[in-house]
Amino acid sequence: MIGVGKIKQYGNVLDKPLAKGKQEVSLSAFAFLFSELVQYNQTQVDNIGELERRLEDAGYAVGARVLELLCHRDKGNRRETRLLGILSFVHSTVWKVLFGKVADSLEKGTEHEDEYMISEKELLVNKFISIPKDMGTFNCGAFVAGIVRGVLDGAGFPAVVTAHFVPMEGQQRPRTTILIKFAEEVLRREARLG
Amino acid sequence: MAAINSLYIVNKSGGLIYYKDYGSAGRMDTNDTLRVASLWHSMHAISQQLSPVSGCSGIELLQADTFDLHCFQSLTGTKFFAVCEPGTQQIESLLKFIYGLYTDYVLKNPFYEIEMPIRCELFDINLTQSVQKDRVALLGQ
Repeated sequence: MIGVGKIKQYGNVLDKPLAKGKQEVSLSAFAFLFSELVQYNQTQVDNIGELERRLEDAGYAVGARVLELLCHRDKGNRRETRLLGILSFVHSTVWKVLFGKVADSLEKGTEHEDEYMISEKELLVNKFISIPKDMGTFNCGAFVAGIVRGVLDGAGFPAVVTAHFVPMEGQQRPRTTILIKFAEEVLRREARLG
Repeated sequence: MAAINSLYIVNKSGGLIYYKDYGSAGRMDTNDTLRVASLWHSMHAISQQLSPVSGCSGIELLQADTFDLHCFQSLTGTKFFAVCEPGTQQIESLLKFIYGLYTDYVLKNPFYEIEMPIRCELFDINLTQSVQKDRVALLGQ
């Protein structure tokens, strides 16, 4: 992500062809912008839960737009209607466009039927971020959780999405797991479709 | 890796924002490290004024009988300096590399307040790795 792709200049944003993807932005520029986003939101809240919610909302807006764009660009204006289809769309297509790689893993929760997890060893947004001890389990991946919720919600799969640090054995740094808990109606519909 | 004894990062007003020692040689208590940091900051500023050549950027290397002190000052006035055994090579490039780590893992961290003491886990982890790493590998970066 560090290299800057060659970008052709268009006078009007509407002239730019949508299908042209694969442009990379500077990782530093993104890191500074994201850092400012977090710092700004920190001044607007008085507890960590609220900060998490605000980051998630910022991500939601990204997710909703990304769904629209990718459905047009990669899928010929179709979108996934099945649970596993949309999950793998998020795990591979969305992840690849946003972070330049497929997510490390996509798993089904063992305890609950309605839970799925996307795990990433080193989430791009967390690359330069160290959480201070007094902030407990706060994870800036809440922004990415918001993106996932935006995509799922837009595609008609309402879900609660949260980001967690999960310690890994033999690793100094915990990995980030995006936990997706689908709404009841989604599972009922899925069962009906067979 | 016994060559480096200690590493200091001093902000532009002379306050110590990071200190780390490697091995017991030359270890100091907290008050002394703060004192050394602000002393070096002032000496560095005075050396710039006293220098016979114009455009002097301050002391880069202080050689004493028992140690060498290498200093690197960034454009923003943050100073990185390391106390090491006499004759240790390539400290300059190590300091520049540490400056790179500082810009990545400290300045891009939303929870770091500028000019304040550095408490960033990722910076610590990467710093430890780079100091331990073989110097030759480091130069290749």
